[in-house]
Amino acid sequence: MEGIASLLAPFAEFGFMRRALAGCVALSVSAPLIGVFLMLRRMSLVGDAIQHAILPGAALGYLVAGLSLGAMTLGGLVAGLAVALLAGLITRTTNLREDTAIATFYILSLALGVTLLTARGTNVDVLRVLFGSVLALDDATLLLMTGVSSITVLALALFLRPMVLEFADSGFLRSVSAAGGAMHFLFLGLAVLNMVAAFHALGTLLSIGIMILPAATARLWTNDLTRLMASSVAIALASCSVGLVASYHLELASGPAIILVAGCVYMASILAGRAGGLLPRLIPRRHLEG
Amino acid sequence: MIHRRNVLTSILAVAFVGGAAAQTPAPRIPVTASFSIVADLVREVGGDRIEVSALVGPGQDAHVYQPTPADARTISQAKGIFINGLHFEEFMGRLIKTAGAKAPVFRAAAGFEPLKASGKHSHGDHKGHSHGDFAPDPHAWHSVPNVKAYVGNISKGLAQIDPDGATVYAQRAAAYIEKLDALDREIRAAVEDIPKERRIAVTTHDAFAYLAREYGIQFVTLQGVSTDTEISAAGLGKTIREVKARKAPAVFIENITDPRKIERLSKETGAKLGGTLYSDALSKADGPAPTYIELMRHNIRQLKQALAP
Repeated sequence: MEGIASLLAPFAEFGFMRRALAGCVALSVSAPLIGVFLMLRRMSLVGDAIQHAILPGAALGYLVAGLSLGAMTLGGLVAGLAVALLAGLITRTTNLREDTAIATFYILSLALGVTLLTARGTNVDVLRVLFGSVLALDDATLLLMTGVSSITVLALALFLRPMVLEFADSGFLRSVSAAGGAMHFLFLGLAVLNMVAAFHALGTLLSIGIMILPAATARLWTNDLTRLMASSVAIALASCSVGLVASYHLELASGPAIILVAGCVYMASILAGRAGGLLPRLIPRRHLEG
Repeated sequence: MIHRRNVLTSILAVAFVGGAAAQTPAPRIPVTASFSIVADLVREVGGDRIEVSALVGPGQDAHVYQPTPADARTISQAKGIFINGLHFEEFMGRLIKTAGAKAPVFRAAAGFEPLKASGKHSHGDHKGHSHGDFAPDPHAWHSVPNVKAYVGNISKGLAQIDPDGATVYAQRAAAYIEKLDALDREIRAAVEDIPKERRIAVTTHDAFAYLAREYGIQFVTLQGVSTDTEISAAGLGKTIREVKARKAPAVFIENITDPRKIERLSKETGAKLGGTLYSDALSKADGPAPTYIELMRHNIRQLKQALAP
């Protein structure tokens, strides 16, 4: 009991730890859901490309308006959406496959973003942009993160059915209603919103982790969509809390610690996951014996 | 021999000044300085005879500087290269080599006792930062007496690459040192106005140890000595405790680092936000610290305003 109390003591003592936790909880409620759909649509890499595209957008916002949350968020949103649409366009209109189109965007975004950030003798820390600053969440950033989280959960609650239908068989919904395309863009919009929110806490390079890792982990345990969504959120919440506590007591950088905890859960699930893990597949099942 | 040469250079200098007034000015000698503060000192000593370019310009952070091809060209065309030394410019050795620069390199920070980088202000949780545990603290310019040594070294260096200007440099250096003496008195007087128990300031990176030793203001810092290490949650927590325990009246933002952590620190400890200190770079010409002297004045003004009751 005393052990637990001392583990949690930093949250009681320091406001920045509570803020980090609040931001992580907000992220964990919505980002893994987006991750689940990215995974089901085989769009994990597209998500990564969009995440990188947020960097030059945010950098442009920074160049125009300085360290302003609004400008950096808006820039990130616009650039993220642009890449989400462009990647699809290039795949459809040129002879390049989707993975190549994505890889090109991804690396161009990173180069452009870092160039913009370092262009005019700036004092913004590139490290902070790449890996985030979960320990320095101010009121405005927290509001943005919780707002995005609420919008995402609300939109998913309203449109879960058509969205699942569109994702499971995009031809069908489009043939019976115009909602198919709309669902696709709604999803992309939600994805970019979540990535911008995650960008502020975990930075360009790590924020996709809080979407994809919990989703992939959950996938190793279950095939059921509802369970997938619930367990990915639970995994994200656990990873964030454990990661923050570990980063405090072991003196590690907080963002990477959170993602590493999620990574450990993922690795363990690769071995033990009931639905798709290694060990359950290797061990012969009883019904095969009979 | 020395005497005769001095007379000769004086005559030449007079001839030069007279000639310059009558005709087009003689081409200035190109020299390179590693960063804005040393560049300003070199400009003060060199005057019209030299053309100084700084690699790391105003408002930029030398800890995370990335050399560009233009920098390599600048440095290869320079007749002299002036650096701070004390391991401040870790990029310099490689840049000089790759640029094929043949010019002599002069270290300005010499002729005084350097502080160790991991001094009393480091928190013990920043081991392995880029300067190493036994490295000297390079931020020696925050003590005016040190900068008097800088100026002497710069004057000697300029005289070596331009012997004709030696007297000019010596004169200009002497004149500038007088200004520095006045600045030194000004700072000591300002510190006297702050009550002893309130002479504690909080900053983001450990750049002010020389100011602390010279003028008796204590600093609590957020990061280790280099800006390229990110503080851990525990580090931030310890700093908050220390700031509360020592009742530091104010926290200060630095011109080269991200202000958000220090704003957080201010909110959480109740120490007020005391304005911006210029640590490792001058401001642009229209800012509050475009020269070294202005930088020191600005810093001490900010400290006095926030710390004095």
